[in-house]
Amino acid sequence: MSQLLLDVNGLTMRFGGLVAVNGVNLKVKNRQIVSVIGPNGAGKTTVFNCLSGFYIPTEGSVMLKNQQIAGLKDYQISRKGLVRTFQHVRLFQKMTVIENMLVAQHRHLNTNLFSGLLKTPNYRRLEKDAMEHAAHWLKEVRLLDYANREAGNLSYGQQRRLEIARCMVTQPELLMLDEPAAGLNPNETKELDELIISLRDEHEISILLIEHDMSLVMGISDHIYVIAQGTPLADGNAEQIKGNPDVIKAYLGEE
Amino acid sequence: MTSSKLYNAIFAAGIALILACLMIGVKLDTDSSVLAVKGATAEQWIWIAVGISVVFLSQLFSAQVDALFGAIPKPNFKAVLPQEKKMAVLKPWLISAVIVGMLIWPFMVSRGTVDLATLTLIYIMLGLGLNIVVGLAGLLDLGFVAFYAVGAYTYALLSQYFGMSFWACLPISAGLAALFGFLLGFPVLRLRGDYLAIVTLGFGEIIRILLNNWTSLTGGPNGISGIDKPTLFGLEFNRRAKEEGAMTFHEYFDMDYSSSYKVIFLYLIAVLLVICVIYLINRLMRMPIGRAWEALREDEIACRSLGLNRTAIKLSAFTLGASTAGFAGCFFAARQGFISPESFIFIESAIILAIVVLGGMGSQMGIIFAAIIMTILPELAREFSEYRMLLFGLLMVVMMRWRPEGLVPIKRPNLELKQQ
Ligand SMILES: Nc1ncnc2c1ncn2[C@@H]1O[C@H](COP(=O)(O)OP(=O)(O)OP(=O)(O)O)[C@@H](O)[C@H]1O
Ligand SMILES: [Mg+2]
Repeated sequence: MSQLLLDVNGLTMRFGGLVAVNGVNLKVKNRQIVSVIGPNGAGKTTVFNCLSGFYIPTEGSVMLKNQQIAGLKDYQISRKGLVRTFQHVRLFQKMTVIENMLVAQHRHLNTNLFSGLLKTPNYRRLEKDAMEHAAHWLKEVRLLDYANREAGNLSYGQQRRLEIARCMVTQPELLMLDEPAAGLNPNETKELDELIISLRDEHEISILLIEHDMSLVMGISDHIYVIAQGTPLADGNAEQIKGNPDVIKAYLGEE
Repeated sequence: MTSSKLYNAIFAAGIALILACLMIGVKLDTDSSVLAVKGATAEQWIWIAVGISVVFLSQLFSAQVDALFGAIPKPNFKAVLPQEKKMAVLKPWLISAVIVGMLIWPFMVSRGTVDLATLTLIYIMLGLGLNIVVGLAGLLDLGFVAFYAVGAYTYALLSQYFGMSFWACLPISAGLAALFGFLLGFPVLRLRGDYLAIVTLGFGEIIRILLNNWTSLTGGPNGISGIDKPTLFGLEFNRRAKEEGAMTFHEYFDMDYSSSYKVIFLYLIAVLLVICVIYLINRLMRMPIGRAWEALREDEIACRSLGLNRTAIKLSAFTLGASTAGFAGCFFAARQGFISPESFIFIESAIILAIVVLGGMGSQMGIIFAAIIMTILPELAREFSEYRMLLFGLLMVVMMRWRPEGLVPIKRPNLELKQQ
């Protein structure tokens, strides 16, 4: 029986007078792909920012594995296994691909200064493990041949894949992707589709996805939430969402 | 040619004219006990005219000037150096050769040259320290000289009040400077860029003014003099031993006294310290902490999202950078034998920052070259000492146009991955 991984209740975020997110509820179970859709400016990214600790939500509770995480610092939340990507790719541009992967594993390494200077056995072993782990994930996203390239020199699609791989080496339980297909060509989108499914089925993690590409969302989501102007509009599986008149109106009304 | 170019050129020439008129065109002079305003001589006016036309033309034809800069060949280190694989074999030999050369060389040149080399080594240390903060962690620090001062005064005061030796004070100086770096780190954790620069600038001034005014402890503007020189396992390098019963170096080895022993000994200590610093920082750069510094410079938000604690990372950069400056400061006090707040003015911070930027943010090799250039050039151009700052500015402008990425841009490490 799949368990509840993330449980968000009444999440609200106000910026001064502007209510960007208003009473949003989300549930993500183990090994589930859950999508959040909505027109531009609906507040989807703001929801992610609240969940990942970049903003402290004005109201509401965020439970990760039955633990309250609203109000924790961003780095504390990501250490609990909730990691995200960004709408605009954020890589360490001037560093190599492999260095990007090693930075992500910072807390799994031996960061004691003296162990590092003396190259103690424990330090070497953790460093070696991290390299292997990085190599494994680079292979998954077909970037192994680019390991020593500067991240900023990769193509856009490769940068997107690197960002996901970099999240995966932190060993998350919930991966939050903010518009991962934006700017990808149809081939790359298809590949992304397969990658996300393999993350769920083979690596047994859950994914919370923001995406505008409806065919991608409808094809892979186990559950879909729709928000418009910060307020929850509907939720259900792909069939239910497709046939929901409110959703159609919200999208068409935007046009 | 667009009219905006012409406008720009006229504007620049106008500014140059105003500045030149104020600075060279009129002079206050004593005319038999009365102050009088004197105009420039005809010859000076000609020079001013020439200067202004140069400004005007270079602005008007800025595109062509830029092209000219572009045409200057850039040193291609890759072509000069042997291939990657050969390099790996050669590297230890090259490094040993350089070290041996540095150890033998002082015995063949004049005292003044050795002394200058020692000064250069101090700047290399300072540059490497600031490089951690600015080049790697990307935190613009304009008050770095404060930590240098803390290191220098720590040794001077401990030696004066408690008679402690240089070698004992070296780690204490570094530690105390590190503590100051840590303390400065706290209030500026949330600041970046310009704001950080202003606060650190203020911090540098606070330390200097404190040293200047705390007369009872630091001697104020008079500074502290008669600071002991380092000893070699207790052997002094003076003509006569200061302490009763102590031996001097030349007595112990039964040689004639020569003051150049002392200079060479100081130089050798500096070489030793620099090698230690280079080695340590080089290791740090390859360690998780070094990678985290660079990641923080590249993208702070991404760092946070990956579970890196930016507070710890920033503080460690400030602390370790400052401790390097403390190291350098302690040695500086020992070499000079005299320190005063005058040695720790803002211009010093600016020069150290210039070394880091000129060298190529983050690259150790570049910083070593830049430190050499920045200390040797002013010596070579002694006759132009009045124009030192002018030359300094000119060098920066030319460098930034010709090679904005610095002398030796940082090279990324090549990490071997086992193909699975
Ligand atoms: N830090 C902030 N301060 C003030 N307003 C903000 C802030 N962040 C977001 N907003 C506002 O919140 C609203 C929702 O923005 P958000 O970026 O979450 O939308 P989105 O659903 O991600 O849109 P898109 O599909 O275009 O990415 C917008 O009106 C935005 O202007
Ligand atoms: Mg968004």
